[in-house]
Amino acid sequence: MTKNAVMREIEIREVCLLAGKIMLESGAETYRVEDTMVRIAASYGAESAESYVTPTAIIFTLEGEHPTKTKMIRIITRGTDLNKVALVNNLSREIHNGKWTVSEAYQLLKEIEKKNVTYPIWIQIFAAAIASACFVIMFGGRWGDFLPALIAGGIGYSWFIYIDRFVHIRFFSEFSASLFIASCAVSSVYFGFGEEVDKIIIGSVMPLVPGLLITNAIRDLMAGHLIAGLAKGAEAVLTAFAIGSGVAVILILFS
Amino acid sequence: MFFQLMTSFAAAAGFGIIFNVPKNSILKCGFTGMVGWLIYIAFVEQRMDAVPASFIAAFFVALISHVFAKWYKTPVIIFTVGGIIPLVPGGLAYDAMRHFVINDYYTAIQLAAKVLLVAGAIAIGIVFSEVFNEIYKRMKMREDRM
Repeated sequence: MTKNAVMREIEIREVCLLAGKIMLESGAETYRVEDTMVRIAASYGAESAESYVTPTAIIFTLEGEHPTKTKMIRIITRGTDLNKVALVNNLSREIHNGKWTVSEAYQLLKEIEKKNVTYPIWIQIFAAAIASACFVIMFGGRWGDFLPALIAGGIGYSWFIYIDRFVHIRFFSEFSASLFIASCAVSSVYFGFGEEVDKIIIGSVMPLVPGLLITNAIRDLMAGHLIAGLAKGAEAVLTAFAIGSGVAVILILFS
Repeated sequence: MFFQLMTSFAAAAGFGIIFNVPKNSILKCGFTGMVGWLIYIAFVEQRMDAVPASFIAAFFVALISHVFAKWYKTPVIIFTVGGIIPLVPGGLAYDAMRHFVINDYYTAIQLAAKVLLVAGAIAIGIVFSEVFNEIYKRMKMREDRM
Protein backbone atom coordinates (compact mmCIF):
# COMPACT_ATOMS: atom_id res chain seq x y z
CA MET A 1 0.00 0.00 0.00
CA THR A 2 2.63 2.52 1.03
CA LYS A 3 4.77 1.46 -1.85
CA ASN A 4 1.91 2.27 -4.20
CA ALA A 5 1.51 5.66 -2.63
CA VAL A 6 5.20 6.39 -3.06
CA MET A 7 5.03 5.28 -6.69
CA ARG A 8 2.06 7.55 -7.22
CA GLU A 9 3.93 10.51 -5.83
CA ILE A 10 6.84 9.83 -8.13
CA GLU A 11 4.44 9.65 -11.06
CA ILE A 12 2.80 12.94 -10.14
CA ARG A 13 6.23 14.53 -9.91
CA GLU A 14 7.17 13.25 -13.36
CA VAL A 15 3.97 14.61 -14.89
CA CYS A 16 4.54 18.04 -13.35
CA LEU A 17 8.16 18.14 -14.45
CA LEU A 18 7.38 17.07 -18.00
CA ALA A 19 4.65 19.68 -18.28
CA GLY A 20 7.02 22.34 -16.98
CA LYS A 21 9.80 21.24 -19.30
CA ILE A 22 7.64 21.39 -22.42
CA MET A 23 6.29 24.81 -21.51
CA LEU A 24 9.66 26.30 -20.69
CA GLU A 25 11.25 24.93 -23.85
CA SER A 26 8.43 26.44 -25.88
CA GLY A 27 8.86 29.94 -24.51
CA ALA A 28 6.23 30.24 -21.78
CA GLU A 29 6.70 32.84 -19.04
CA THR A 30 8.46 31.59 -15.91
CA TYR A 31 5.65 32.41 -13.54
CA ARG A 32 3.16 30.55 -15.72
CA VAL A 33 5.35 27.44 -15.68
CA GLU A 34 5.61 27.52 -11.88
CA ASP A 35 1.90 28.09 -11.58
CA THR A 36 0.95 25.24 -13.91
CA MET A 37 3.25 22.75 -12.17
CA VAL A 38 1.89 23.54 -8.72
CA ARG A 39 -1.66 23.45 -10.03
CA ILE A 40 -1.25 20.01 -11.59
CA ALA A 41 0.23 18.70 -8.34
CA ALA A 42 -2.66 20.18 -6.38
CA SER A 43 -5.20 18.66 -8.76
CA TYR A 44 -3.77 15.23 -8.02
CA GLY A 45 -4.08 15.87 -4.30
CA ALA A 46 -0.47 16.52 -3.37
CA GLU A 47 -0.33 18.22 0.00
CA SER A 48 2.15 20.86 -1.02
CA ALA A 49 4.39 21.41 -3.97
CA GLU A 50 7.05 24.00 -4.67
CA SER A 51 8.67 24.75 -7.97
CA TYR A 52 11.56 26.99 -8.79
CA VAL A 53 11.91 27.81 -12.45
CA THR A 54 14.72 29.61 -14.22
CA PRO A 55 15.23 29.71 -17.99
CA THR A 56 17.90 27.00 -17.69
CA ALA A 57 16.62 24.64 -15.00
CA ILE A 58 13.53 23.52 -13.10
CA ILE A 59 13.62 22.38 -9.47
CA PHE A 60 10.46 20.74 -8.21
CA THR A 61 9.61 19.44 -4.78
CA LEU A 62 6.59 17.39 -3.87
CA GLU A 63 5.59 16.99 -0.27
CA GLY A 64 3.23 14.25 0.82
CA GLU A 65 2.89 11.83 3.68
CA HIS A 66 6.13 10.23 2.59
CA PRO A 67 9.62 11.69 2.56
CA THR A 68 9.80 14.81 0.43
CA LYS A 69 10.85 14.23 -3.14
CA THR A 70 12.86 16.76 -5.12
CA LYS A 71 14.12 16.58 -8.66
CA MET A 72 15.94 18.97 -10.90
CA ILE A 73 16.02 19.00 -14.71
CA ARG A 74 18.11 21.00 -17.11
CA ILE A 75 16.59 22.99 -19.95
CA ILE A 76 19.02 23.07 -22.83
CA THR A 77 17.10 24.24 -25.86
CA ARG A 78 14.78 27.19 -25.77
CA GLY A 79 12.59 28.23 -28.65
CA THR A 80 9.22 29.75 -29.29
CA ASP A 81 6.41 27.33 -30.00
CA LEU A 82 3.29 28.83 -28.50
CA ASN A 83 1.13 26.03 -29.83
CA LYS A 84 2.69 23.63 -27.34
CA VAL A 85 2.21 26.11 -24.52
CA ALA A 86 -1.47 26.25 -25.42
CA LEU A 87 -1.70 22.44 -25.58
CA VAL A 88 -0.12 21.93 -22.15
CA ASN A 89 -2.26 24.72 -20.75
CA ASN A 90 -5.34 22.97 -22.07
CA LEU A 91 -4.23 19.65 -20.63
CA SER A 92 -3.60 21.21 -17.23
CA ARG A 93 -7.12 22.60 -17.28
CA GLU A 94 -8.51 19.17 -18.11
CA ILE A 95 -6.44 17.62 -15.32
CA HIS A 96 -7.88 20.17 -12.95
CA ASN A 97 -11.36 19.07 -14.00
CA GLY A 98 -10.39 15.50 -13.19
CA LYS A 99 -10.49 14.25 -16.76
CA TRP A 100 -7.22 12.27 -16.79
CA THR A 101 -5.50 9.91 -14.39
CA VAL A 102 -1.81 10.41 -13.64
CA SER A 103 -0.51 7.86 -16.12
CA GLU A 104 -2.91 8.99 -18.85
CA ALA A 105 -1.73 12.56 -18.39
CA TYR A 106 1.88 11.41 -18.62
CA GLN A 107 1.18 9.61 -21.90
CA LEU A 108 -0.56 12.68 -23.33
CA LEU A 109 2.32 14.93 -22.32
CA LYS A 110 4.79 12.56 -23.98
CA GLU A 111 2.75 12.81 -27.15
CA ILE A 112 2.71 16.60 -27.00
CA GLU A 113 6.47 16.66 -26.46
CA LYS A 114 7.12 14.52 -29.54
CA LYS A 115 4.48 16.18 -31.68
CA ASN A 116 5.75 18.42 -34.41
CA VAL A 117 2.99 20.92 -34.78
CA THR A 118 4.98 23.70 -36.41
CA TYR A 119 3.87 25.26 -39.65
CA PRO A 120 5.74 24.15 -42.78
CA ILE A 121 9.07 25.95 -43.19
CA TRP A 122 8.02 27.75 -46.37
CA ILE A 123 4.98 29.24 -44.63
CA GLN A 124 7.18 30.47 -41.79
CA ILE A 125 9.62 32.06 -44.21
CA PHE A 126 6.77 33.59 -46.16
CA ALA A 127 5.30 35.00 -42.95
CA ALA A 128 8.67 36.45 -41.95
CA ALA A 129 9.05 38.04 -45.40
CA ILE A 130 5.58 39.57 -45.32
CA ALA A 131 6.09 40.85 -41.79
CA SER A 132 9.43 42.43 -42.79
CA ALA A 133 7.89 44.21 -45.74
CA CYS A 134 4.92 45.40 -43.69
CA PHE A 135 7.21 46.88 -41.07
CA VAL A 136 8.80 49.10 -43.71
CA ILE A 137 5.43 50.68 -44.41
CA MET A 138 4.55 50.88 -40.71
CA PHE A 139 7.76 52.73 -39.93
CA GLY A 140 6.98 55.31 -42.58
CA GLY A 141 8.97 53.87 -45.46
CA ARG A 142 8.00 54.16 -49.11
CA TRP A 143 6.23 51.50 -51.14
CA GLY A 144 9.33 51.25 -53.30
CA ASP A 145 11.06 49.57 -50.38
CA PHE A 146 8.33 47.01 -49.89
CA LEU A 147 9.72 44.47 -52.33
CA PRO A 148 13.40 44.75 -51.33
CA ALA A 149 12.43 44.28 -47.67
CA LEU A 150 10.27 41.30 -48.60
CA ILE A 151 13.21 39.65 -50.32
CA ALA A 152 15.83 40.63 -47.74
CA GLY A 153 13.61 39.53 -44.85
CA GLY A 154 12.78 36.22 -46.52
CA ILE A 155 16.40 35.42 -47.38
CA GLY A 156 17.61 36.50 -43.96
CA TYR A 157 15.10 34.41 -42.09
CA SER A 158 15.59 31.29 -44.21
CA TRP A 159 19.35 31.61 -43.75
CA PHE A 160 18.77 31.90 -40.00
CA ILE A 161 16.67 28.70 -39.91
CA TYR A 162 19.15 26.86 -42.14
CA ILE A 163 22.24 27.77 -40.12
CA ASP A 164 20.50 27.26 -36.78
CA ARG A 165 20.17 23.55 -37.63
CA PHE A 166 23.90 22.97 -38.08
CA VAL A 167 25.50 25.40 -35.69
CA HIS A 168 24.19 25.27 -32.17
CA ILE A 169 25.53 28.67 -31.29
CA ARG A 170 22.58 31.00 -31.51
CA PHE A 171 24.83 34.03 -31.67
CA PHE A 172 26.44 32.90 -34.90
CA SER A 173 23.20 32.20 -36.78
CA GLU A 174 21.79 35.59 -35.80
CA PHE A 175 25.01 37.35 -36.69
CA SER A 176 25.28 35.76 -40.12
CA ALA A 177 21.59 36.28 -40.87
CA SER A 178 21.81 40.00 -40.17
CA LEU A 179 24.99 40.08 -42.26
CA PHE A 180 22.95 38.69 -45.15
CA ILE A 181 20.06 41.07 -44.60
CA ALA A 182 22.26 44.13 -44.49
CA SER A 183 24.14 43.16 -47.63
CA CYS A 184 20.85 42.47 -49.45
CA ALA A 185 19.58 45.91 -48.44
CA VAL A 186 22.78 47.70 -49.39
CA SER A 187 23.06 45.98 -52.76
CA SER A 188 19.38 46.52 -53.61
CA VAL A 189 19.81 50.24 -53.05
CA TYR A 190 23.10 50.21 -54.96
CA PHE A 191 21.38 48.72 -58.00
CA GLY A 192 18.55 51.23 -57.78
CA PHE A 193 16.03 48.62 -56.72
CA GLY A 194 15.27 50.08 -53.29
CA GLU A 195 15.39 53.59 -51.89
CA GLU A 196 16.31 53.80 -48.21
CA VAL A 197 18.85 51.36 -46.78
CA ASP A 198 17.88 52.14 -43.17
CA LYS A 199 14.20 51.37 -43.59
CA ILE A 200 14.85 48.13 -45.46
CA ILE A 201 17.28 46.91 -42.81
CA ILE A 202 15.02 47.83 -39.88
CA GLY A 203 12.07 46.05 -41.47
CA SER A 204 13.87 42.88 -42.47
CA VAL A 205 15.71 42.53 -39.18
CA MET A 206 12.45 42.60 -37.18
CA PRO A 207 11.81 38.81 -37.32
CA LEU A 208 15.15 38.29 -35.55
CA VAL A 209 14.83 41.08 -32.98
CA PRO A 210 14.40 39.76 -29.42
CA GLY A 211 11.50 42.06 -28.63
CA LEU A 212 9.52 39.44 -26.80
CA LEU A 213 12.54 38.45 -24.70
CA ILE A 214 13.25 42.04 -23.66
CA THR A 215 9.68 42.62 -22.58
CA ASN A 216 9.44 39.24 -20.86
CA ALA A 217 12.69 39.90 -19.01
CA ILE A 218 11.43 43.19 -17.62
CA ARG A 219 8.11 41.56 -16.74
CA ASP A 220 9.89 38.77 -14.86
CA LEU A 221 12.01 41.30 -12.99
CA MET A 222 8.95 43.24 -11.95
CA ALA A 223 7.20 40.07 -10.80
CA GLY A 224 10.15 39.39 -8.49
CA HIS A 225 11.67 36.57 -10.54
CA LEU A 226 15.04 38.21 -10.38
CA ILE A 227 17.22 35.36 -11.63
CA ALA A 228 14.90 34.53 -14.52
CA GLY A 229 14.66 38.19 -15.46
CA LEU A 230 18.40 38.70 -15.50
CA ALA A 231 19.00 35.51 -17.46
CA LYS A 232 16.44 36.43 -20.10
CA GLY A 233 17.78 39.96 -20.23
CA ALA A 234 21.28 38.60 -20.88
CA GLU A 235 19.94 36.40 -23.67
CA ALA A 236 18.13 39.35 -25.23
CA VAL A 237 21.16 41.61 -25.04
CA LEU A 238 23.32 38.93 -26.63
CA THR A 239 20.85 38.51 -29.50
CA ALA A 240 20.58 42.26 -30.02
CA PHE A 241 24.35 42.47 -30.02
CA ALA A 242 24.61 39.71 -32.63
CA ILE A 243 22.15 41.44 -34.94
CA GLY A 244 23.69 44.83 -34.36
CA SER A 245 27.22 43.69 -35.07
CA GLY A 246 26.13 41.85 -38.22
CA VAL A 247 24.57 45.00 -39.61
CA ALA A 248 27.47 47.11 -38.39
CA VAL A 249 30.04 45.06 -40.30
CA ILE A 250 28.22 45.71 -43.59
CA LEU A 251 27.67 49.39 -42.84
CA ILE A 252 31.35 49.87 -42.07
CA LEU A 253 32.38 48.06 -45.25
CA PHE A 254 30.10 50.11 -47.50
CA SER A 255 30.17 53.57 -45.99
CA MET B 1 -4.01 55.20 -42.33
CA PHE B 2 -5.68 52.37 -44.19
CA PHE B 3 -2.30 50.97 -45.20
CA GLN B 4 -1.10 51.26 -41.62
CA LEU B 5 -4.05 49.13 -40.55
CA MET B 6 -3.44 46.54 -43.24
CA THR B 7 0.29 46.27 -42.72
CA SER B 8 0.14 46.11 -38.93
CA PHE B 9 -2.46 43.39 -39.14
CA ALA B 10 -0.33 41.39 -41.57
CA ALA B 11 2.86 41.92 -39.57
CA ALA B 12 1.31 40.82 -36.27
CA ALA B 13 -0.31 37.79 -37.91
CA GLY B 14 3.02 36.97 -39.56
CA PHE B 15 4.69 37.00 -36.18
CA GLY B 16 1.96 34.71 -34.94
CA ILE B 17 3.01 32.21 -37.60
CA ILE B 18 6.73 32.60 -36.81
CA PHE B 19 6.03 31.95 -33.13
CA ASN B 20 3.79 29.06 -34.09
CA VAL B 21 0.55 30.04 -32.41
CA PRO B 22 -2.42 27.68 -32.89
CA LYS B 23 -4.11 28.09 -36.27
CA ASN B 24 -7.36 29.55 -34.99
CA SER B 25 -5.50 32.27 -33.05
CA ILE B 26 -3.57 33.80 -35.97
CA LEU B 27 -6.27 36.27 -36.97
CA LYS B 28 -6.91 37.27 -33.36
CA CYS B 29 -3.18 37.82 -32.99
CA GLY B 30 -3.26 40.09 -36.03
CA PHE B 31 -6.22 41.98 -34.63
CA THR B 32 -4.51 42.61 -31.30
CA GLY B 33 -1.40 43.85 -33.09
CA MET B 34 -3.48 46.12 -35.32
CA VAL B 35 -5.30 47.76 -32.40
CA GLY B 36 -2.05 48.26 -30.48
CA TRP B 37 -0.32 49.87 -33.45
CA LEU B 38 -3.35 52.04 -34.22
CA ILE B 39 -3.36 53.44 -30.68
CA TYR B 40 0.39 54.01 -30.80
CA ILE B 41 0.28 55.80 -34.16
CA ALA B 42 -2.71 57.91 -33.15
CA PHE B 43 -0.85 59.23 -30.11
CA VAL B 44 2.47 59.71 -31.89
CA GLU B 45 0.73 61.73 -34.61
CA GLN B 46 -0.61 64.02 -31.87
CA ARG B 47 3.06 64.72 -31.12
CA MET B 48 3.14 62.59 -28.02
CA ASP B 49 6.50 61.12 -27.04
CA ALA B 50 7.14 57.46 -27.98
CA VAL B 51 7.51 56.41 -24.33
CA PRO B 52 4.02 57.28 -23.02
CA ALA B 53 2.49 56.26 -26.37
CA SER B 54 4.08 52.80 -26.07
CA PHE B 55 2.86 52.58 -22.50
CA ILE B 56 -0.76 53.27 -23.45
CA ALA B 57 -0.66 51.00 -26.49
CA ALA B 58 0.88 48.13 -24.49
CA PHE B 59 -1.75 48.61 -21.80
CA PHE B 60 -4.56 48.17 -24.29
CA VAL B 61 -2.84 45.29 -26.05
CA ALA B 62 -2.58 43.41 -22.77
CA LEU B 63 -6.16 44.27 -21.88
CA ILE B 64 -7.47 42.87 -25.16
CA SER B 65 -5.23 39.82 -24.74
CA HIS B 66 -6.69 39.14 -21.30
CA VAL B 67 -10.22 39.34 -22.68
CA PHE B 68 -9.34 37.03 -25.58
CA ALA B 69 -7.52 34.62 -23.28
CA LYS B 70 -10.61 34.38 -21.14
CA TRP B 71 -12.99 33.95 -24.06
CA TYR B 72 -10.99 31.37 -25.95
CA LYS B 73 -9.30 29.69 -22.96
CA THR B 74 -5.77 30.08 -24.29
CA PRO B 75 -2.68 31.44 -22.53
CA VAL B 76 -2.38 35.23 -22.58
CA ILE B 77 1.10 35.14 -24.10
CA ILE B 78 -0.31 33.96 -27.45
CA PHE B 79 -2.09 37.25 -28.00
CA THR B 80 0.40 39.60 -26.38
CA VAL B 81 3.20 38.37 -28.65
CA GLY B 82 1.52 39.62 -31.81
CA GLY B 83 0.41 42.82 -30.17
CA ILE B 84 3.70 43.79 -28.58
CA ILE B 85 6.06 43.12 -31.49
CA PRO B 86 5.13 46.22 -33.55
CA LEU B 87 5.70 48.42 -30.49
CA VAL B 88 9.16 47.03 -29.76
CA PRO B 89 11.73 49.77 -30.42
CA GLY B 90 13.55 47.91 -33.19
CA GLY B 91 14.02 51.00 -35.32
CA LEU B 92 15.40 53.02 -32.42
CA ALA B 93 17.77 50.23 -31.45
CA TYR B 94 19.03 50.14 -35.03
CA ASP B 95 19.55 53.88 -35.05
CA ALA B 96 21.47 53.69 -31.79
CA MET B 97 23.65 50.94 -33.19
CA ARG B 98 24.31 52.89 -36.38
CA HIS B 99 25.53 55.86 -34.41
CA PHE B 100 27.82 53.63 -32.38
CA VAL B 101 29.31 52.36 -35.61
CA ILE B 102 30.08 55.84 -36.93
CA ASN B 103 31.68 56.77 -33.58
CA ASP B 104 28.94 59.23 -32.67
CA TYR B 105 28.69 57.93 -29.11
CA TYR B 106 26.92 61.02 -27.84
CA THR B 107 23.81 60.44 -29.96
CA ALA B 108 24.13 56.68 -29.66
CA ILE B 109 23.92 56.67 -25.86
CA GLN B 110 20.91 58.98 -26.01
CA LEU B 111 19.13 56.64 -28.40
CA ALA B 112 20.07 53.58 -26.36
CA ALA B 113 18.61 55.18 -23.24
CA LYS B 114 15.44 55.81 -25.19
CA VAL B 115 15.30 52.17 -26.27
CA LEU B 116 15.47 51.09 -22.63
CA LEU B 117 12.75 53.57 -21.66
CA VAL B 118 10.43 52.39 -24.41
CA ALA B 119 11.01 48.72 -23.51
CA GLY B 120 10.32 49.60 -19.88
CA ALA B 121 7.16 51.47 -20.83
CA ILE B 122 5.87 48.44 -22.72
CA ALA B 123 6.54 46.19 -19.76
CA ILE B 124 4.90 48.61 -17.33
CA GLY B 125 1.88 48.82 -19.63
CA ILE B 126 1.53 45.05 -19.53
CA VAL B 127 1.95 44.88 -15.76
CA PHE B 128 -0.58 47.68 -15.21
CA SER B 129 -3.18 45.94 -17.28
CA GLU B 130 -2.54 42.72 -15.34
CA VAL B 131 -3.12 44.59 -12.08
CA PHE B 132 -6.27 46.03 -13.62
CA ASN B 133 -7.42 42.55 -14.55
CA GLU B 134 -6.66 41.25 -11.06
CA ILE B 135 -8.65 44.02 -9.38
CA TYR B 136 -11.56 43.40 -11.72
CA LYS B 137 -11.49 39.69 -10.86
CA ARG B 138 -11.42 40.42 -7.12
CA MET B 139 -14.34 42.79 -7.40
CA LYS B 140 -16.31 40.29 -9.39
CA MET B 141 -15.61 37.54 -6.84
CA ARG B 142 -16.78 39.79 -4.04
CA GLU B 143 -19.95 40.57 -5.95
CA ASP B 144 -20.62 36.90 -6.51
CA ARG B 145 -20.20 36.19 -2.85
CA MET B 146 -22.71 38.83 -1.87
